[in-house]
Amino acid sequence: MTELAATDPLPKPKRDIAPILLPIALALLMIPLIGSTSSWLTLTAASLAMGMMIFIMASGLTLVFGLMDVLNFGHGAFIAVGAYVATLVLAPFAASVQADSLWVSLAVLAPAALLSMAVSGALGLIVERVLILPVYGQHLKQILMTTGGLIVAEQTLYALWGPQIIPMPLPASLRGSFILGDVAIAKYRVLAMLIGLAVFIAIQLVLNRTKLGLLIRAGVENREMVEALGYRIRRLFLGVFMTGSALAGLGGVMWALYREQVHASMSDDLTVLIFIVVIIGGLGSIGGCFIGAILVAMVANYGGFLVPKLALVSNILLMVAILMWRPRGLYAVTSR
Amino acid sequence: MMILSGDPPKSRVLTLVLVLIILALAATPFLFPGAKALNVAAKICVFAALVASYDLLLGYTGSVSFAHTMFYGIGSYAIAIALYGMGPNWAAVATGIVVGLPLAALLALAIGLFSLRVAAIFFAMITLAVASAFQVLASQLSWLTGGEDGRSFQLPELLRPGTVLISRNLFGFEINGRILTFYLVFTISALMILALLRVVNSPFGRVLQAIRENRFRAEALGFRTVFHLTYANCLAALVAASAGILNALWLRYAGPDTSLSFSIMLDILLMVVIGGMGTIYGAIIGATIFILAQNYLQSLMGVASKAASEAGLPLLPGLLHPDRWLLWLGLLFIASVYFFPTGVVGRLRNGGGDKSAGASH
Repeated sequence: MTELAATDPLPKPKRDIAPILLPIALALLMIPLIGSTSSWLTLTAASLAMGMMIFIMASGLTLVFGLMDVLNFGHGAFIAVGAYVATLVLAPFAASVQADSLWVSLAVLAPAALLSMAVSGALGLIVERVLILPVYGQHLKQILMTTGGLIVAEQTLYALWGPQIIPMPLPASLRGSFILGDVAIAKYRVLAMLIGLAVFIAIQLVLNRTKLGLLIRAGVENREMVEALGYRIRRLFLGVFMTGSALAGLGGVMWALYREQVHASMSDDLTVLIFIVVIIGGLGSIGGCFIGAILVAMVANYGGFLVPKLALVSNILLMVAILMWRPRGLYAVTSR
Repeated sequence: MMILSGDPPKSRVLTLVLVLIILALAATPFLFPGAKALNVAAKICVFAALVASYDLLLGYTGSVSFAHTMFYGIGSYAIAIALYGMGPNWAAVATGIVVGLPLAALLALAIGLFSLRVAAIFFAMITLAVASAFQVLASQLSWLTGGEDGRSFQLPELLRPGTVLISRNLFGFEINGRILTFYLVFTISALMILALLRVVNSPFGRVLQAIRENRFRAEALGFRTVFHLTYANCLAALVAASAGILNALWLRYAGPDTSLSFSIMLDILLMVVIGGMGTIYGAIIGATIFILAQNYLQSLMGVASKAASEAGLPLLPGLLHPDRWLLWLGLLFIASVYFFPTGVVGRLRNGGGDKSAGASH
């Protein structure tokens, strides 16, 4: 033990950088395997964009679990709802969306995304009050209730919009790629990366620089202690749940634009992907979730390029490998 | 009551309902003529066994698995691929069983050892991920599984509808291979449900319930909980795969929509919760209610939807459309988790109670 003077700053917790190096190492390892630098850059950009979108969708889920031990199997519903709500705005303004000017299409896309977030967030409020509050503290019933909620939400979407796939074309100004030398990077991917990075930085700032964030992090680590100090953690949780739902809605809009189509079944497919990300990252950890999302996207993109057949099970293999290394995920933040 | 393993329904109404269901199922070929009724009855039998095996996991150990359709699908595909590849003979049926059942058990063992060891909550998520990967795999390996189209196959001579065993003029009914297949499905399903009843009322089943109520305490008492949970997982997988075999034999087909899709998993969840978790009998009630609703409620909803659209009501035609019947069952599901956590059977037995409350921690 080293002696500490009273004026010295408190010792910082040791930073665990191995998980951060993991995606970087994976990306570097792929350069010789893929061979061509330009396709490597394109694939890496694609992975980062996809990873950011998955991160936006998964971030809420991991915090909700970490904070309140609530496993929301209906998280995917918020994604689908967000995407469907966006079509409400985008369909009437289809002409302006397809305008040549980037600013005009962004001026339509931004309110669409905001409306989606508002509706998903409001739905989050209802889900938390109606489905999760009554069975609080009972895992089994939580899983059943939220699965039931997922069924009802999906079926309601079908009832309102019909069972067909709704096209959601990308604005003309966001089509095409930036060409740097012989590297082509799709414009929309750059936008997705920017939004994802902004969301990540915003979450990190709130969690690490505000009192609210301090309470959330403390709650993730030890809920009873925060309650004992007199904070109403239930209200805090409701806020986190609504924010997470709203982010899932935003992710849904981005994913729908990426795929250029909307369908309620997207919630099923993405739920699986998000669960894998949350497990890999460590339940409750935003940093782990971020790295996990990028890893999953990298494995999907590189794997799809190198061994297309393997891409089907690559996520599971990744999850197994990570859990062998760290059984509780990359960052184990909860005490549970 | 040796055959019920000392665990009778314990309620007069429940006994009556169960006896009625079983008699109706047994007599379906003679009471309700027509292919549809027989199909519905066979499906109820298969699903009663499948749901009972899921109840062993959900109701008795409190662990939520989303991979149950995977085992069901393994059984279906094993028999389908064997009969498709080797032709319609009994050797192919035997091959399907010999390959399918151990495969399901091994996979269950692997998943169990891998995910039941860590936090119980992981189990639900990992089974979901593995099941979805398996589903993609099955639809991609089209040289083996037939992809999205699945595999249709011929049954051995004896089980074909064209084989007349007892001709019409004896009892006024014709006993053909189809009816024989139905009784095969009925008998094996019934035997599996009785076997499951035996399992849950054995000392092993008591340990499972102890783990459900308090895993830490069960471990402190000296039970190796991982062993018990994995064993239960393997048993459930075996029964599910057997149910899959029966289903494929009945349909003469195995494909992603009939044996692997996520919606079947949700159906199983709905059936077990509506019927009553942790009772085994709930599986029979739940499967009967659900499949009857699936087959007959839909036509009722079609009528209602048409009436609503003719009356010019907004939104209602869409909500009442026959394809939206799952919406109403989903609402019923939420309501039953909330208001009747013990399901129909629990209600009939003692008007509620808290037997399955607070499970899984």
